[in-house]
Amino acid sequence: MKKLLITSLCLFGLAACDRNSDNFQPAAEIVPAPAPVMQEYQIEITNLTLAQPLSPIALITHDDRYRAFSIGDVASTGLEVLAEGGSNVDFLAEVDLEAGVFSTMSAAGPTFPGNTEVLNLSIEGDDVAGMMLSIVSMLINTNDAITAVQSLSIENLQPGEMMSVMSISYDSGTEANTEALGTIPGPVDGGEGFNVLRDDLEDQIRGHSGVVTVDDGMPNSILGEMHRWDNPVARITITRTL
Amino acid sequence: MKKVLPLALAALASSSIYAADLSISITNLTRGTHFTPLLIAAHPAEMKLFTVGEAASTAVQEMAEGGAIGSLVTELSAANADLVENPAAGLLAPGITTMTTLTTADENTHLSVVAMVLPTNDAFLGLNGIAIPTEPGTYMYNVNAYDSGTEANDELRGSGAAGMPGFPFPGPVETNAGMNGSGVNATVEGFIHIHRNVLGDTDVTGGASDIDSTIHRWLNPVARVIVTVN
Repeated sequence: MKKLLITSLCLFGLAACDRNSDNFQPAAEIVPAPAPVMQEYQIEITNLTLAQPLSPIALITHDDRYRAFSIGDVASTGLEVLAEGGSNVDFLAEVDLEAGVFSTMSAAGPTFPGNTEVLNLSIEGDDVAGMMLSIVSMLINTNDAITAVQSLSIENLQPGEMMSVMSISYDSGTEANTEALGTIPGPVDGGEGFNVLRDDLEDQIRGHSGVVTVDDGMPNSILGEMHRWDNPVARITITRTL
Repeated sequence: MKKVLPLALAALASSSIYAADLSISITNLTRGTHFTPLLIAAHPAEMKLFTVGEAASTAVQEMAEGGAIGSLVTELSAANADLVENPAAGLLAPGITTMTTLTTADENTHLSVVAMVLPTNDAFLGLNGIAIPTEPGTYMYNVNAYDSGTEANDELRGSGAAGMPGFPFPGPVETNAGMNGSGVNATVEGFIHIHRNVLGDTDVTGGASDIDSTIHRWLNPVARVIVTVN
């Protein structure tokens, strides 16, 4: 990124020199603005499940004034939309209004089992004191399961260093885990995503208990044994490249 | 997670002796199980409440089968452990966090937390003697569920007394547990292991199990303990 920026400045400089050479103006007068100090991070998210595609990853940079959610919270409407249907648009729109949030980003599409999504994050400036990352995504062959990384501090990560964490699954608490035909948006069903009704055990974010499936005694489940998972759900590797 | 570095530092410093002023929060991460009264203990490094692969002590059996922490309290008190008993004043419901504080004596450098998971025959959550960090800061621990190996997992309503079959069913557990199950075919395992989860079924008035597979299953970790060293 930085290299690209410098290259384009040089090209501009040369072009300017060429044009100005006819007017005998000294090239030294052309002083490009100093390139901004950048910090670059590469974030890799690997889907560790067998048959639970992850909805487009939502990535948030923030400080300790923001937290995506806590266990026991009532999910925001944006988080409910994400957890039930996989779209992070409403969620990130909410997040953008929160104090302590620096930037938000979404992957272009879902991350399928065994695949790794790569997101590149550029932060302008050299001050990352208090910088944290949060990541949220839906397990789309479920009623309302999500995986999340919460408030991971990256302030001590030096250029060239990497860190790796695992994420577990949570139940948003906004939709009953019926596993029934027509209620699951993922490819196994193509059913309904977001529905405003909140009909889970309790309207509370909790750790997920997994899916039961038709193969393990839930006759009306459209899910099979391959749709089960265990924690962790995803591996997240953050490499600071600049 | 971000605690990797402090934990490593704590490990290096664990041979040192420091009194500590701790704030401790414990969250029930499960979707539908309750925790019986929690026991938090700071104790010497050489003490261990349980060892995976070995038979449970009678005190651990009483905690795991019925939530009774009295014998563990007696044993730990005799060893001059620093204790917090029952910080949630009863059952800790799913999604709920309880907070407490603990000041530790110099020699009590290690921390354990236990409680039974309900409804189960003999599952318990166990933070098993982690070295208390000496560097001030906030440290997160994910806590798994173990099977004490002392009772067959028949998954039926029954007794919380040690050695008696079945699980106790205090108020909120009574509400969503099934009944009249025929019993899961199971035998006593004989040693402590990571719990392989309950089976349950979807028949609340019969079936094999009185546990509900759509409510009472869990994925580890079942609890999150956050220790702030002040």
